[in-house]
Amino acid sequence: MVNEILVKDLNLWFGQKQVLKNIDMAIIRNQLTAIIGPSGCGKSTLLRCFNRMNDLISEAKITGNIFIDEKNIYVDNIDIYALRMKVGMVFQKPNPFPKSILDNVLFGLHIKSDKDKSEMLSKVEKSLKDAWLWDDVKDRLHRPAFELSGGQQQRLCIARALATDPEIILLDEPTSALDPQSTAKIEELLVELKNKVTIVHVTHNIAQAARVADYTAFMYLGELIEFGPTDKLFTTPKDKRTEAYLTGKFG
Amino acid sequence: MTRKFKQGFWLIMMRLSILVSVLFLLVFLFLIFSKGSSVLSLSFLLEAPKAGMTKGGIFPAIIGTLYLTGLTILFSFPIGVLAAIYLTEYAREGILVNTIRTAINTLAGVPSIVFGLFGLAVFVNMLHFGVSVLSGALTLAILVLPTIINASEEAIKSVPNSFREAAYALGATKRQSIMKVVIPAALPNILTSAIISIGRAAGETAPILFTAATFYTRKFPTSIFDEVMALPYHIYALMTEGTSPQTQMPIAYGSAVVLLLLVLSIDLVAIIIRYRMRRAKTW
Repeated sequence: MVNEILVKDLNLWFGQKQVLKNIDMAIIRNQLTAIIGPSGCGKSTLLRCFNRMNDLISEAKITGNIFIDEKNIYVDNIDIYALRMKVGMVFQKPNPFPKSILDNVLFGLHIKSDKDKSEMLSKVEKSLKDAWLWDDVKDRLHRPAFELSGGQQQRLCIARALATDPEIILLDEPTSALDPQSTAKIEELLVELKNKVTIVHVTHNIAQAARVADYTAFMYLGELIEFGPTDKLFTTPKDKRTEAYLTGKFG
Repeated sequence: MTRKFKQGFWLIMMRLSILVSVLFLLVFLFLIFSKGSSVLSLSFLLEAPKAGMTKGGIFPAIIGTLYLTGLTILFSFPIGVLAAIYLTEYAREGILVNTIRTAINTLAGVPSIVFGLFGLAVFVNMLHFGVSVLSGALTLAILVLPTIINASEEAIKSVPNSFREAAYALGATKRQSIMKVVIPAALPNILTSAIISIGRAAGETAPILFTAATFYTRKFPTSIFDEVMALPYHIYALMTEGTSPQTQMPIAYGSAVVLLLLVLSIDLVAIIIRYRMRRAKTW
């Protein structure tokens, strides 16, 4: 078992408000780690630390370190753009670009300024296959992405993130805007995908974490309360707050 | 008064307002077309004025207006869009940006004759461009700039933030996210409002009065330093400086019809662009 992401004493403030408090955790390679917790507990904020998306918020202040592949990503000379290609992200609401299906998947490759056209196209095909979308779209790659259903759009966003060969995929409540069938398909897909990439999955659907995650982290009020193998956390939680949340006493 | 009566009264007032508006429009169109139609013909479009403006066509004025309008787009569109990108995506909200925005909005309210005087002072005299297409187009460009900036700002702001986030998350730089995602998504709205404002510029008289337009020239503009005839000024000149009002009046109305059709077809282009590009997006 290899650590993919190592978080050390991470603190984050938005202005005066401390949103993350002394987070320490190790996320294991090629495993699916879920982060659960009530709204506002800081789980999405933590996720956005892994690809430094919080940099976009000017009032965010961060102390502590995060190591990916044993390299500290919170040092000054890091290439943030390369980091974000290595650590892909899928958002709550499907957000394909208003472009064709093909151009959506090509986006990351264009940014990387890859030139070899046939190689790019084979990467597109591979990403779409990995996201279980190829059969749905192979005859209409040039159609607008918005013609796809919500679930297909979200899988397109996954394919788009996969195209640049990331090591890690971050998912920020990826099924909260989807119907149950599309959700089920994405859940199955994630279980399959973790063989290729490390997955960190924020969800406030407790049952979803139980279904798909190898490891689960429970956060509350900016703190990491408990973190461990999913079955252990769900069956024998150590902390009272974890138990209370899992049994629906709050949240 | 019963509520039902008030309701009925309210409806009648609204319908009357519509009726008045439509009526004015119809009378307006009918008047212009009926007074101008007698001179309209292919040769009217393709010939130069003859016999001291009492005969012939308006070809040089059409060419002049197209020339002026084209150059105006060339100057104002890139500057307007770049300024809008800076204001929406780069500038931090604060006193400075608000002041700039207020200044731009104030500029939009300045009477066009004042732009004409400004163009005369700066482009014609100070920069020695003379009375020329260049001076006129620059003056018109400043006139439409606020509209283009405002419209582009609105268009850029209406692009959902989730697109920018998606681009950043894929490793895009700020410039890449703007050039590859935000601007293409905002383009239909930017283009339509830019084209419509430029259609307006084509019909402006005051800004070109002292900067570009001439009453009569046989020479076609070959360089940007030539003075030109232009449709709106041609109409003005026919009505004020003519020697024979009876024969010139129909020519003026005919020119008005042509100008009207020109502006309408520019607007039509904008509508078609908007329609075609909007079909592709549904956010």
